[in-house]
Amino acid sequence: MGSCVRVPRRMDLLEYQGKQLFARHGLRVSDGKAVTNVKDAIAAANEVGYPVVVKAQVLIGGRGKAGGVKLAADEDEAEEHATNILGMDIHGHTVRTLWIEHASDIATEYYASVLLDRSAKQPLVMFSVEGGVDIEEVAEQTPEKLIRHHVDALDGLSREEAVQIATDGKADADVIEGVADALVALYEVWLQEDASLAEINPLIVTPDREVKALDSKVSLDDNALYRHPENQELADKENEDPIERRAKEQGVQYVKLDGDIGILGNGAGLVMSTLDVVAQAGGRPANFLDAGGGSDAAKIKQAVELILANDAVKAVLFNIFGGITRCDEVAKGLIAAFDDIKPSVPFVVRLDGTNDVAGRELLQEAALPNVHAARTMNEAAEKVVALAAGKSIGADD
Amino acid sequence: MSVLVDKNTRLAVAGITGREGSFHTLNNKRYGTNVVGGVTPGKGGQDVEGIPVFDSWAEAAESVQPNTAMIFVPPRFAADSILEAAAAGVELVIAITEGIPAHDELRVYNTLKRDHPSTRLIGPNCPGILSPGKANVGIIPASFFKEGNVGVVSRSGTLTYQIGNEIAQAGFGCSSIVGIGGDPVPGSSFVDVIELFEADQQTELIVLSGEIGGSAEEEAAEYIAAHVRKPVVAYIAGFTAPAGKQMGHAGAIVSGSAGTAAAKAQALEAKGVRVGRTPTEVAEIAVTQLR
Repeated sequence: MGSCVRVPRRMDLLEYQGKQLFARHGLRVSDGKAVTNVKDAIAAANEVGYPVVVKAQVLIGGRGKAGGVKLAADEDEAEEHATNILGMDIHGHTVRTLWIEHASDIATEYYASVLLDRSAKQPLVMFSVEGGVDIEEVAEQTPEKLIRHHVDALDGLSREEAVQIATDGKADADVIEGVADALVALYEVWLQEDASLAEINPLIVTPDREVKALDSKVSLDDNALYRHPENQELADKENEDPIERRAKEQGVQYVKLDGDIGILGNGAGLVMSTLDVVAQAGGRPANFLDAGGGSDAAKIKQAVELILANDAVKAVLFNIFGGITRCDEVAKGLIAAFDDIKPSVPFVVRLDGTNDVAGRELLQEAALPNVHAARTMNEAAEKVVALAAGKSIGADD
Repeated sequence: MSVLVDKNTRLAVAGITGREGSFHTLNNKRYGTNVVGGVTPGKGGQDVEGIPVFDSWAEAAESVQPNTAMIFVPPRFAADSILEAAAAGVELVIAITEGIPAHDELRVYNTLKRDHPSTRLIGPNCPGILSPGKANVGIIPASFFKEGNVGVVSRSGTLTYQIGNEIAQAGFGCSSIVGIGGDPVPGSSFVDVIELFEADQQTELIVLSGEIGGSAEEEAAEYIAAHVRKPVVAYIAGFTAPAGKQMGHAGAIVSGSAGTAAAKAQALEAKGVRVGRTPTEVAEIAVTQLR
């Protein structure tokens, strides 16, 4: 597609960023501060008042079990926990930010979320009194304890509906109103911030019967960020893979995988299919890279650089079915990339579709070292798998 | 016969004066599609190589009576353009635009359902519809398809070209190729289009090309078992996509077990739909069934 369009992505927020959005829409959260070093952590803890909770900010579940969430009764403990948690690796995510928040007394833990139900094509509000645990288990084992309520997308969630959800979910009688307020506010977060998901687990009730969000999980729709300039800086850039970040800046869809065969194709469906065909041929893809429609030579060259930035790559497969994309442009980009960066790994190139003959001729004339042509997707996959395994595949074509 | 677009199509294009919009509109016209007008606010009275441009869908509807709208405007204007075309009485709206916010898609889907139930939306974020030999509305490269009896419905563009091309190379052609798009809230689902192919006399076999994410393929499996007598061959992309990673299409988000390629293939096979493991195998199965 053209310059005015791009592929949709979602943006997951860290807990504290989600809570800041919650607060903006009237949901109660504890006072806290986000910090990135021990000194600031201590200052934040002193400011919000002990006991405090020191919470690792990473986009992955299981923080608590991994030791990334600790209670501190005083300054010494806050320092100790901040020191231990900063830099900690939690399932492959390095902790670079801590959220220091005043510890809440908890009487009860609930669960609440709002998301887009793609199947029903309506917003779905979910509520359960079984909060603080894995909600998928609740949904599976005691489905009657998870209230699912579809909202009319055009009318929105009314307060009466929210009260009904809290009542049906058997929230404690004295907090029905508080839970309903929280649900309405959460719906507003989902709607006004263009979220695909807004989830609170747990939504707590304090001993003095206040309803508060103790955690947050919010995913924003990247396509709607133009409406929310204030949210554009929320992405967890520090924990992004450096190649993925570079790709994003260049407007290329790149996802790093753990294999050794670099993949480039045009169109997300074709690239996904290419990964599958390579895997079926016994290979392991090193990345997903969608060069998109209408890629010119310059963009193809950038894409080659991205693929080769991953040291694990032992061979590269180009799988192009040209619609808007012209195969001669792809060939020119590959030739330019070879002129510039002189790759040391073999390439297999399959060009089909618009201007495919011209593209193949360009490649043949250029006689790039260690570039092999393939006519079909299956043949291309078999060749690249053999090359990545260090086998020779004989003459081209 | 064919579905949705044919010789009776009267196409008007929102965004006809843009670079992409004009390029593809003229491509469609050269193919033989009857292009009757375009819509660009503020450019009413101009023309694009003889195609009259109007300020609004209402004016276009009054002057040139389009029955099909193609939406090529940037994402932030697309939702309103779709709804405006529907309000002007256009029966089929094909939205090519990629990158429309999901909440806009949700609003469009539900507004059409409530206020304009007779308007069908295909897309957004789709390559359009091609009925070989009759009409092309969108960006599908027509030269790779032949006229024939295979109906193709797909969430992905280039993958459709791949499958269609393999079918063509085996000597078969297509009645229509319908790209429904990979976004979270598509205007039409696999089920909607399969229903049309089942009723279409030209179509003898249906190819469904799906991918990871959502549950549209599973819903199609149920529908096929209950309502479809023509053979259906399916392909699912994304068997090797890792959980939690998003690969391009917003629709292709894998979370947990639901929506995985394996689950989708299993759901389809359980209802008697043959699932090819590669695009080539899909074409091979289709061709075997047609012979």
